[in-house]
Amino acid sequence: MVFTSTQRQDLTEGFTANLVVSASVAAYGSVLGLMAAQKGLTWYQLLVMNLSVFAGSAQFVMVDMWLPPLPMAEIILAVLVINMRYLLIGASLNPLFRGTSLSHKALFMHLVADENWAMTMARFYKQPTTTWFLLGGGICVQSAWCFGTLLGHRLGAVITNPERYGLDFSFVAVFTALVFCFWKGRQDVLPWLVAAVVAALSESLMPGKWYIVCGGVAGALAAALLSPRGIGND
Amino acid sequence: MTSQSGDMLVWLTIFGAAGVTYSLRIGGLLLAERLPKTGRFKRFMEALPGTILLSLIVPAALAAGPIGWLATLCTALCSLKTGNVFLSMMVGILIVAAGRWYGF
Repeated sequence: MVFTSTQRQDLTEGFTANLVVSASVAAYGSVLGLMAAQKGLTWYQLLVMNLSVFAGSAQFVMVDMWLPPLPMAEIILAVLVINMRYLLIGASLNPLFRGTSLSHKALFMHLVADENWAMTMARFYKQPTTTWFLLGGGICVQSAWCFGTLLGHRLGAVITNPERYGLDFSFVAVFTALVFCFWKGRQDVLPWLVAAVVAALSESLMPGKWYIVCGGVAGALAAALLSPRGIGND
Repeated sequence: MTSQSGDMLVWLTIFGAAGVTYSLRIGGLLLAERLPKTGRFKRFMEALPGTILLSLIVPAALAAGPIGWLATLCTALCSLKTGNVFLSMMVGILIVAAGRWYGF
């Protein structure tokens, strides 16, 4: 494959933009690696899981449920529910992927995580951005995830309690630091308010990660149904 | 799980989980292409990235307690003033880390 200079540059910039948050990803990876070793997963099973599933919170639930005899159907169902937000995240990437081939989409979509998605969309709103920026970020997050989990599996967790160092907060911090790039103007006030309230309420009422789907859909529905020019006005 | 059937179950579980996750990622993208690009659908899709991001932030920030609220506010203000994502992020993490260190 021959890279154009824009592709190469976006790939590199995507990688470096995600380096800091990837340090937290690796720290949490080492906690998962330790858990997985205790549950009897081999290092190569864990590596294949990282490379193929590549979803942090879903993998924590998988390893948590990892008791013989393996409840395969229950685990897969739990993963489906936790990762339901990727349906929305995938949909929201539509403008970025405009004009790309099906094989390009199929290849690049695998390495989409919350962190590199947010980084990419924030940049996309400010300057011309290609899917290579997304891929560069995905490679960074995936590498950190594999490095952290395998380290934790072989040597034990590097940091047994990441919360002590505020590392759990790094995910909130990176999304918050990007929030103004997503702001498009007054038409966002109501959708954002609805999203915030619905996400907070559903987080306290529902298990797992449903709150992201509920908040995201409710906020976007508010934008769709209540246009700035009046209710139901197309 | 050392038996051959047990090993098989391990791989089926991993690849099953990978299959549903990948289907959601690519499914969302392909589904969005088929939606109309006008009117309400357009407004829905344009608002979606922001509302997802907010849904990722708000419950987690609320759960982080008073020190987390302060950190979220400072991260947001720093980002608004400087536009520097790295700096804004570090401000938030350091406030939470310092707060926990001193037992808040």
